[in-house]
Amino acid sequence: MKKRKSISYSKWGYIFILPFFVSFFIFSFIPLADTIRYSFFEYYRSGIKEVGPNFIGMENYKSLLASDMLKYAGNTFILWIIGFIPQIVIALLLASWFVDIRLKIHAQQFFKVVIYLPNLIMASAFAMLFFTLFSTNGPINGILTSIGIVKEPIDFMGNVFGTRSLVGFMNFIMWFGNTTIMLMAAIMGISTDIFEASEIDGCNSIQRFFKITLPLIRPILAYTLINSIIGGLQMFDVPQILTNGQGSPDRTSMTLIMFLNSHLKSRNYGMAGALSVYLFIVSAILCFFVYRMTNNNDPDGSKAAARKAKRRRG
Amino acid sequence: MKSKKPDQLRSVIAHVVLVILSFMCLFFFYILVVNATRSHSDLQKGFSALPGSYLLKNFMSVANDGTFPMFKGILNSLIVSGLSAAICTYFSALTAYGLYAYDFKLKKVAFTFIMAILVMPTQVTAMGFLRLITNMGMYDSLLPLIIPSIASPSVFYFMYSYLQSSLPLSLVEASRIDGCGEFKTFNRIVLPIMKPAIAVQAIFSFVGSWNNYFVPALVIQSKDKMTVPILIATLRGADYMNFDMGKIYMMIMIAIVPIILVYLFLSKYIIAGITLGGVKE
Amino acid sequence: MKKKYVSMVLVAALVAGAFSGCGDKSSSDTDGGNSQQSSSGNNGSSGGTEEGKVINVYSWNDEFMKRVCAVYPEVKKTSKDGTVTTLNDGTEIHWIINPNQDGVYQQKLDEALLNQASAADDDKVDIFLTETDYVNKYTDAEADVAMPLTDLGIDPGKELSDQYDFTKTTASDVNGVQRGSTWQCCPGLLVYRRDIAKDVFGTDDPVKVGEKVKDWETLKSTAAELKEKGYFTFSSYADTFRLYGNSISAPWVSPGETVIKIDQKIMDWINTSKEWLDAGYFDKTVKGQWNDDWNKAMGSKSKVFAFLFPAWGIDFTLKNNWDGENGAWAVTNPPQEYNWGGSYVHACTGTDNPTLVKDIILSVTGDKENLLKISKDYLDYTNTKSGMNEAAKDSKTYASKFLGGQNSFEYFAPVAEKVVIAPLSAYDQGCVELIQNSFSDYFQGQVDFDKAKSNFETAIRERYPEVTEIQWP
Repeated sequence: MKKRKSISYSKWGYIFILPFFVSFFIFSFIPLADTIRYSFFEYYRSGIKEVGPNFIGMENYKSLLASDMLKYAGNTFILWIIGFIPQIVIALLLASWFVDIRLKIHAQQFFKVVIYLPNLIMASAFAMLFFTLFSTNGPINGILTSIGIVKEPIDFMGNVFGTRSLVGFMNFIMWFGNTTIMLMAAIMGISTDIFEASEIDGCNSIQRFFKITLPLIRPILAYTLINSIIGGLQMFDVPQILTNGQGSPDRTSMTLIMFLNSHLKSRNYGMAGALSVYLFIVSAILCFFVYRMTNNNDPDGSKAAARKAKRRRG
Repeated sequence: MKSKKPDQLRSVIAHVVLVILSFMCLFFFYILVVNATRSHSDLQKGFSALPGSYLLKNFMSVANDGTFPMFKGILNSLIVSGLSAAICTYFSALTAYGLYAYDFKLKKVAFTFIMAILVMPTQVTAMGFLRLITNMGMYDSLLPLIIPSIASPSVFYFMYSYLQSSLPLSLVEASRIDGCGEFKTFNRIVLPIMKPAIAVQAIFSFVGSWNNYFVPALVIQSKDKMTVPILIATLRGADYMNFDMGKIYMMIMIAIVPIILVYLFLSKYIIAGITLGGVKE
Repeated sequence: MKKKYVSMVLVAALVAGAFSGCGDKSSSDTDGGNSQQSSSGNNGSSGGTEEGKVINVYSWNDEFMKRVCAVYPEVKKTSKDGTVTTLNDGTEIHWIINPNQDGVYQQKLDEALLNQASAADDDKVDIFLTETDYVNKYTDAEADVAMPLTDLGIDPGKELSDQYDFTKTTASDVNGVQRGSTWQCCPGLLVYRRDIAKDVFGTDDPVKVGEKVKDWETLKSTAAELKEKGYFTFSSYADTFRLYGNSISAPWVSPGETVIKIDQKIMDWINTSKEWLDAGYFDKTVKGQWNDDWNKAMGSKSKVFAFLFPAWGIDFTLKNNWDGENGAWAVTNPPQEYNWGGSYVHACTGTDNPTLVKDIILSVTGDKENLLKISKDYLDYTNTKSGMNEAAKDSKTYASKFLGGQNSFEYFAPVAEKVVIAPLSAYDQGCVELIQNSFSDYFQGQVDFDKAKSNFETAIRERYPEVTEIQWP
């Protein structure tokens, strides 16, 4: 409402968004078009000789569908979800604790800094540490056997459940701090008046969390979810290093990007291009869905703004 | 006020959970540091919770190794990450403000478009990206690592959400009445309000860019332009004959020191920014 | 999760080379480029033209650099950071080192080779190195990236006559034209723990232990003996792969074909490995090589009796991982002769420094004095038949401290004489790597035999899109 009556400087709108679009066009759009073009070609290297490009229409797409691509999509989803659920739950909890003055959290600053630290290490380095820690003769097994929890060392990376759990756990450790900070910023953006009012109305902390905090931080929550989905779809370095690029055992930890990478490794540009297009379509659908779901058909936020304006008036 | 007991209980639980989580987070750093103080043969013998005596030796072997110019690498990484974080947050805020505060014909189209490309995985365009920058003569230079971060849809989206909840347009109008130009309004009025969001995203982009391996590995060829992740990968990939894990751990440790400093520095601003946010309306 | 920004680490590096190669349009007309390259190479070797001031050497480690610096008489000094070596005439050798891991080295090399024709003289690749696993990719006659030695002015039959024949075969193309040369050769031995031998066999004498491991049948009953006392014969199934893989009768892929034929020997390896692992002759916790568990299997707390290693394996891998006293290990004959590894030096087609390149190759790979010096200084088993036979007899000079004064050359020499190199193909690296990975799941009991087979087929088709068929024996 406010927006509409106030401004008629429309050319500034264009000027302000121009750099973004120019940069996007050059560095993303042109390459994207290129990738899509090659997805219709047979184009790879054999030894040091190049084969193609020969136009083959939809062949790449077809042979991908015939491959285990869908299985890898499933793997990716599983690996993502077992990391994401604890991540978002813990992050929400921590964020609401941190902003809750009555909990009198000691050493807040310390905790805030610490939980974000794992995100600062490169995923590959982190995976390397994990690999060493959880190897059959590694320290975790050493500790477990010495305090008598297990008799035989556990072969963490030798079975499906272990490998997947490790990947999920790593993703959780690496990202929950990041999410917490983001949500905290969102919760702190909520006007303290609302919390005070709720307290006067006799809300307890659980009610307050579900009735006030959650709905109000929805845009940031959606943002987190979308980012996490994108991150999940792009999951690569952690399982790659943990399983030596094999997705072992039996390719059950092979993610889509690892699959893409193995085509890139063989320099199969045509196939990699087609796979990229699939990935793009899938992520677009997923995010559209999530975005709709979390934003109540409110693509540009105008309704939220309206609601907000109303609330302010009322 | 009346519910003092439950609060205490919750406080205890909160502290316990926080301590456990912090322990897990710090544990990895501890291992990293311990490993960085041990020699290769020590490391082969197995894990030890106690630090070794090779800290200085490992450090010197990283510092003196001309094949892996670590400090040059850190400098390169600082330049790339610092500049990308700066232009990424500035231009994202600018774009978000442009779409939030102004009405124009293509506004909806532009917004939907950005939301659509938000989901595009980086890897998708990598092939074409390299061809493009090679043709533009930017192969083996730091520029292609910096400039593209102008268009960061997810940062834009964060900024946009933040503006929605924190910038009353009345403020903009007021500044216009005071005779501020549009750019000045943005720089003087809007940016300060967005400080918390900028600080958060600056950290994230800095970290992201600092740890980015994919694009630099595509673009960078010569040793003196390599960023830290490429150097570490190169060292790790170095042959079994000069494989030295102690050195690698040391290198990783050196690589995260600057980023921790940046984080500690910026985290102060987040808190400051958030408390400022209290008086925003 | 802001993975969007977070890197795809490690393996993605290869993408680098891959993409840039494809970025180069001119690369598609390889033939034209090559004919030009070879002609310029020929001009150069005739010696009439002025030669460049920079020799670019592509390698994956500093091994070659160290050997050049040690024995090449023209070397004046090497810069502190190890990237530039200056020769007496002012020519600079630039060492361009990229890691082997995940194929990064090959990607960068391929990229440089594709640009070779258009590169400025001082940017041209002059020398590059390859390993046995992928030497065939570069000695390919049609691709013609490695110059035939005769074009350089080296007569392999004369100047390199003291080299082991199998190293010459390895460095030759289909037509038998030698396109590379090496200073080392890598016959492998069985290296065992003396204390375990004493405990189980009552003796640690290399000759007697050698009897116990002289062929696969005997070794199997020895393995049962070791098992009874709680020891593993080898650490993992990957340890024995080279022995089988080196004795295949036909190449993985025959020249000009796109059919992968799995040799019966490989199937033997699979069957034996499964059998041995189930019987407890391998340490189940060690999966493959070059990992933490494998390294620890070489430590003093390990129960592993023996490893199969060539000279470099003993001196670099085993020695670095061993945490006890010297003299705890000894070498003896392996159950089967084999070769593991080897770095080949190639003159790159189009080099602008043919005279110096020839000089370096001859000096480092064809000069007996120099090779013996390398054997002394770096413990390589070097590529000189007569020299190595001398070393085998000279236990004073070549006694190894690590092996408790044993002269390992005495054992290496007869193996080297008998090594027959398996027929090579350009697909070896992928096949060798992927068959081990795919069947690892089978050995560990994660998948059944047929699933492992199909996993191999999937993986190999991903790696080599042109593969049309996979034939199992």
